Amino acid sequence: MADTILIVDDEPNIVISIEYLMKRAGYEVAMAYDGQQALDYLADNRPALMILDVMMPNKNGFEVCAEVRSDQRFAEMPILMLTAKGRESEMNKGLSLGASAYISKPFSTYDLVERVKALLQV
Amino acid sequence: MLQEWVILLVSFCYLGILFAIAYYGDKRADAGRSIISNPYIYTLSIAVYCTAWTFYGSVGRAATTGAGFLPIYLGPTLMAALWWFVLRKIIRIAKTHRITSIADFISSRYAKDPLIGGIVTIIAVVGILPYISLQLKAVSVSFNVLHTFQAPAPLVPAADSIWSDTALYVTLAMSVFAILFGTRHIDASERHEGMVAAVAFESVVKLVAFLVVGIFVSYYLFSGPAELIHDAVISPELSKLMNIEALSGGYVNWFTLTFLSMMAILFLPRQFHILVVENVNEEHVKKASWLFPLYLLAINLFVLPISLAGLLLFPDGSVDPDIFVLAVPLYNNQELVALFVYLGGLSAATGMVIVATIALSTMVCNDLVMPVLLRLRSLQRSDLSSVLLTIRRGSILVILLLGYGFFRLIGESYALVTLGLVSFAAAAQFAPVILIGIYWKGASRRGAITGLLAGFAMWSYTLLVPSFVKSGWIATSILESGPFGIELLGPYHLFGLAMFDPLTHSVFWSMLANIGCLVCVSLFDRQNAMERLQAAHFVDVFRHEDIDTGLWSGTATVAELKDLVARFIGSEQTDKAFSEYATEHDFDVKNKAQADANLVGFAERRLAGAIGSASARVMISSVVKGEEISIEGLMKILDETSQVIEYSHRLEGKSRELEEATAELRAANKRLTELDRLKDEFVSTVTHELRTPLTSVRAFSEILRDNPSLALEERHKFLDIIVKESERLTRLINQVLDLAKIESGSAEWSQDCVDLNEVIEEASRSLSQLFHESSIMLEKELPARTVLVMADRDRLVQVAINLLSNAVKFCEPGTGQVTVRLSTPRGKVRVEVADNGPGIHPDEQKRIFEKFHQLKGIRDEKPRGSGLGLTICHRIINYHGGSIWVESRPGAGAKFIFELAPAERSSTDGQAS
Repeated sequence: MADTILIVDDEPNIVISIEYLMKRAGYEVAMAYDGQQALDYLADNRPALMILDVMMPNKNGFEVCAEVRSDQRFAEMPILMLTAKGRESEMNKGLSLGASAYISKPFSTYDLVERVKALLQV
Repeated sequence: MLQEWVILLVSFCYLGILFAIAYYGDKRADAGRSIISNPYIYTLSIAVYCTAWTFYGSVGRAATTGAGFLPIYLGPTLMAALWWFVLRKIIRIAKTHRITSIADFISSRYAKDPLIGGIVTIIAVVGILPYISLQLKAVSVSFNVLHTFQAPAPLVPAADSIWSDTALYVTLAMSVFAILFGTRHIDASERHEGMVAAVAFESVVKLVAFLVVGIFVSYYLFSGPAELIHDAVISPELSKLMNIEALSGGYVNWFTLTFLSMMAILFLPRQFHILVVENVNEEHVKKASWLFPLYLLAINLFVLPISLAGLLLFPDGSVDPDIFVLAVPLYNNQELVALFVYLGGLSAATGMVIVATIALSTMVCNDLVMPVLLRLRSLQRSDLSSVLLTIRRGSILVILLLGYGFFRLIGESYALVTLGLVSFAAAAQFAPVILIGIYWKGASRRGAITGLLAGFAMWSYTLLVPSFVKSGWIATSILESGPFGIELLGPYHLFGLAMFDPLTHSVFWSMLANIGCLVCVSLFDRQNAMERLQAAHFVDVFRHEDIDTGLWSGTATVAELKDLVARFIGSEQTDKAFSEYATEHDFDVKNKAQADANLVGFAERRLAGAIGSASARVMISSVVKGEEISIEGLMKILDETSQVIEYSHRLEGKSRELEEATAELRAANKRLTELDRLKDEFVSTVTHELRTPLTSVRAFSEILRDNPSLALEERHKFLDIIVKESERLTRLINQVLDLAKIESGSAEWSQDCVDLNEVIEEASRSLSQLFHESSIMLEKELPARTVLVMADRDRLVQVAINLLSNAVKFCEPGTGQVTVRLSTPRGKVRVEVADNGPGIHPDEQKRIFEKFHQLKGIRDEKPRGSGLGLTICHRIINYHGGSIWVESRPGAGAKFIFELAPAERSSTDGQAS
């Protein structure tokens, strides 16, 4: 069974585009539109990877990242962070909170897919 | 008719008696048994106020102006009531400071400034000359009348040659007399007891003489004053005299005369001399203040009867009213009475001349000549006591000769009283600096100088110049048409003030200038320490009993001090004074070489008595060597210290200002940092908002590019997203630019009269497509009338579109309903946009107008807002001076409201229909 990828972003159109890209690359997809929804989903499911936006209502990406990493079940789950701000300080913050990789918006669809594949093959 | 030699013999005998009395008085004083140390002699000596003017002039004035002679005696009577407060204070000050004259008093009050002493002396000399000339005129006229009466006219022989002028010989005789009387001692502050005794005797003589002639006229020639007055009332011309109308100038003139004589009794130099300098005991003032008015009453008792008798006896005006006192007894061949009257007049004149010249010569010597002499190095080491005496004697002679000169020039054209009043007005110039000076510490040296000079200038111009005019020295045109034809500056109607008689006019202007300058300059002046010290000594004289002049801490030897004092008051006097000091203070003068501070102070006071306080200070400082701490020095140090303190205060002030400025800068910097942070945040937020739609556009574009075999439906959907996101991007960029323009103030605003009905119609028209697509009802509640505001029309349309599209965004499709309502409550114009959406949480309501604050819409597929719409609305409404806010309860929809001020015309429009 294919790996499931959780996509978390408050921008519906961005979610749609990533959903398409992931499905085409052969993954299962789950979607959440804010931080809280993502945590709710993770309570019952164990996706292989999470693509996480930073700026979201109801818990932002950093908070979600920190909470997920504090859960033993997800200690090894790769987290790919997306941010529209693209500042060095934010990247560092995300990485220090336990994110596995960082991609800034707008992203190259090729890069995104390759990055996800790479994270899952480790 | 009296023979000339008889009159001369009697005159010189009389003067001989006077001299004998003076000699006896001095002997008694030297023996320590004063004959003048009682209030009665003091009172009689004050009566030196009654001069030949009183003796002859009062009758003359009564004969021409009725009760017009009275104020001259009313004033002193009023003033006497105040003596216990004013005079006693002046006496106490003068005793404490060993004051020698009125000039010394005033200069001492104002920091011992020699300049002030000099000014006062000059004013006094110039001011008193008319008065002295009056006495000379009176004596010479009375002498002439006595031996030529009933000889053919003229009564006063025209003195064509000076050498045949009686007045000249009178002048010389009086000079000799005054010199003999007044300059026996060098220490001017030491009382002239003999002179005072003689003056008191003269007061008795003139009073008795006047009473004798009065009784003679009233009861011998007529059968009592009642009959005289009865006779006078019958005569129509004379009855006029009984009325106040007889006075030129009426009540105002009365008031002026009363005021002038109030000042004169204290501040004429000779009155000051007798009242203050010659005073033995200040307790005597108490008795004098009621005895002196009694004396005045007695000497005026028969003025009116004599003048009426004169007018009745000489109705044709052939006899000058000023000599009625002599003429009436002479007319009745009572030569003995006339001779006695002449003696009374002579005593009145000599009394005045002696005291006045002694007072003036002291002032001229101490305050005019000494300050100059002391500057001459060559004189500093020589014996000056004989020089001092010579100066005083010389100045007596010069003053009397000047008085004579004035008499020759002016005297003929004036009545006695008029001459006297000119002097009174001059003496009044001293009143402000003294009276204000002893009660107000703020009166400053510069204030006193300007006050005195201004008052004196006014007096000279409005009284002295006209008197020169009348004597023919100056062209008469100046009186009528003013100097250089400037009428406004005429001496009798200065600045157009023409409602007063010349005397009142002069007194008014000179007093106004004098007091005005004194007070105003003092208020804006900064006194130095010496000024403050002297002011405090004078004003608080009753509080500080001992003045501290012992601040000398120099290294003078006793011998040097003795030498110095001896140079001015003679070695005999000096020896006596120093040995007195030695016994009093238990100080061994003989064997001790170094003088202590007390002895230096003592020597200074002794010197001050001889040469005035200002000069004494200069002399003492010339012998006190080394680290001398004079009061001036000390005060200078204090002054400098106070300047340093003031400077450091100013520095403190400056550093406080600096601290404040620093704090302000820090706050400004903080604000700037905060603004910078906000700007950063704005930029970062804008970046984020721009990247978000860009992300979708790029992602879908790449998907479309990389997957040519996409299903048509999917392809369509993705393209649609790209278009929508591009639109969102465009809108966002526009709004950011728009907001930036508004906030930087570079936006251009039109200002038109706009009908809000139209604005709402236009906004709803441009959104009709959106409403239709979302199946949301739009309900408009607009009034039938136009509702006008002054505003930028396009901006208001922008606000309306923003609010309406916002409402659509939060409404449920199908059941959604938006209501826009225009009304004019309480003189405002109000627009409401209400929806039936989910409402806004109270926490959100406050932040909803902030930049980039976004609420989640209901339908996420719809294009999202930029988060700037409401911010822009807020700025636009604010710009128009209105307000915008939201009212909402969660679950019950939201209502956005803005209010503007109506344009003038629609302000009375009623409620929405």
